[in-house]
Amino acid sequence: MWDYSEKVKDHFLNPRNVGEVEDPDGIGEVGSLACGDALRLTFKLDENKRIKEVKFKTFGCASAIASSSALTEMIKGKTLEEAEKITNQDIANYLGGLPEEKMHCSVMGREALEAAIAHYRGQKPIKEEFEIVCKCFGVTDREIIKAIRENDLKTVEQVTYYTKAGGGCAQCHPKIEAILEKIRKEMGQEGLPPKPEKKRLTNIQKIKLIEETLGREIIPALKADGGDLELIDVEGDKVYVALRGKCSFCPSSEVTLKQYVESKLREFVSEELVVEEVRS
Amino acid sequence: MKTVYVDNNATTKVAPEVLEAMLPYFTELYGNPSSMHFFGGQVQKKVNEAREQVADFLGADPSEIVFTSCGTESDNAAIFGTLDSYPEKRHFVTSRVEHPAVLNVCPYLERKGYRVTQVSVDREGHLDLDELKESLTEETGLVSIMYANNETGVIFPIEEIGQIVKSKGIPFHVDAVQAAGKIPLNMKKSTIDMLSISGHKLHAPKGIGVLYIRKGTKFSPFIIGGHQERGRRGGTENVPYIIGLGKACELAKKNLEEENTRVRALRDYLEAKILEKIPNTLINGDRNHRLPNTLSVSFEYVEGESILLLLSDLGICASSGSACTSGSLEPSHVLRAMGVPFTAAHGSIRFSLSIYNTKEEMDYIIEHLPPIIQKLRDISPFWKDYLKSREKG
Repeated sequence: MWDYSEKVKDHFLNPRNVGEVEDPDGIGEVGSLACGDALRLTFKLDENKRIKEVKFKTFGCASAIASSSALTEMIKGKTLEEAEKITNQDIANYLGGLPEEKMHCSVMGREALEAAIAHYRGQKPIKEEFEIVCKCFGVTDREIIKAIRENDLKTVEQVTYYTKAGGGCAQCHPKIEAILEKIRKEMGQEGLPPKPEKKRLTNIQKIKLIEETLGREIIPALKADGGDLELIDVEGDKVYVALRGKCSFCPSSEVTLKQYVESKLREFVSEELVVEEVRS
Repeated sequence: MKTVYVDNNATTKVAPEVLEAMLPYFTELYGNPSSMHFFGGQVQKKVNEAREQVADFLGADPSEIVFTSCGTESDNAAIFGTLDSYPEKRHFVTSRVEHPAVLNVCPYLERKGYRVTQVSVDREGHLDLDELKESLTEETGLVSIMYANNETGVIFPIEEIGQIVKSKGIPFHVDAVQAAGKIPLNMKKSTIDMLSISGHKLHAPKGIGVLYIRKGTKFSPFIIGGHQERGRRGGTENVPYIIGLGKACELAKKNLEEENTRVRALRDYLEAKILEKIPNTLINGDRNHRLPNTLSVSFEYVEGESILLLLSDLGICASSGSACTSGSLEPSHVLRAMGVPFTAAHGSIRFSLSIYNTKEEMDYIIEHLPPIIQKLRDISPFWKDYLKSREKG
């Protein structure tokens, strides 16, 4: 069972502003029956160009209904300029958070709002101008890019949680991967958080990662020169290794270890690691 | 809050008799059946009795019963244990509507270089027997087909399938996890070589399963360890659970008739009332070839998770084949394989009954379900569109 917040439950069980505004100024429709969720948002402005009345109709799960209901509450009384600043994260925050797998519900709310404002302003539906990346759910590159930027997404899985893209046949995963790489790079250059911080590792994960790194990055190079290296022990951040083969009587082994092995382990496992050689 | 539990294809209540039979084996009779002393020996005797109870329930010989940890292990063991025994056979045949315990083994086998055929079903959920027949070759190492579908309850003609499979001399495994206790099983008169059952679907606890392996069937153990289960499954016997499953099988044999009379009548009553009171409702799966306890029903233009949570708010526990409930984004593979339209697949709900359900509980559901569907349809943008389009004709 999903761990929904009390606020999500409240907005699902008692949705606010259900229906359709008569004679609306703006209509936004996103999603479809096939996709499993859809939202129709209608609003009317008052004489000061503030949202006087807003209503929604949603086909979807509890979090889709709650997100729609929350959105209507959030934008009531706002000007369109104020309303369009609302991000999907704002909707999720308003609801006291959503399970990550359900973040696409908040994105759907934001998209419906965007579509309704565009409709009011007489702009073309945005979707047509962009490339559809995920054919199963009809998600465009624009939507994916926006979700990556606004939510600091790092993996294809997260993109799926937030936009549904890639949640069907999975054929578009390489495309999403490419978009992610490009956008993350751009975000890095713009001074946004560039790289995911390394997670705190458990001891077992650390040892495993050290073994993998040694096997992949270091041992093949040593072997090519007739040497070898063995992992003896890991104690906290100290990594004990023994050199074998030609390396074991190589006078420059001290340098080899310190510079080469340590730098690789620090790059792939943890900044804190110190390599010690065990002479046998 | 009142609890109306109608999700028995997910799991069942442990029968009080089962729990009672199990308890001494946690506290007083905790010996290891393999031990040489009397303390272990008396436990071994009871394990043997449980094995006989299971064998009696399946119409098998006790030596053909292998205890496992769950239905998934039984399915996995049958598949890998057989394919390992025939390394030259590189083709596996199953259906598109299997439980994940078989379904998700398919891509794994493909990565290992096997060819996999997943036979289609039609709109009613029936297996395409011609396709199955044509798929079988010299290369086929195993055919694994479920007895009855967990989502729709549709029953496959297992003996007819078995005839086809055995006429080619191919091993035949059947996942009977949902069928056991609802369809009479008799391995002595069956074409089945291997059969999986799971304890917690028939009022034993979670964590115990059985793989029936017909005498003379080639099988490599999936879990390698001690000599337990005649070398076919290593690991110290899960004694209390085995005792519990034995008792549950004894009860299931007794209750088979009630499942097919009283429980079936309750299910039919629930189904008739739902169809009568809620428009735009479809039943998924052939109503004439269905488990007596299962009802899969789709409500058009609404989404399953929403229905479930509103039901849950009233204490009613059911399940759904909708995308949102599983965490995946697509509706159930079973309903998609059947070609259930999206309008209905997303709004599917499964009610699965047991002998512990009552008519009062059905009436409680019937009282509360129509307003729930109406409430969600009032929120859904498609319902009004549909009504409008119907007005226009």
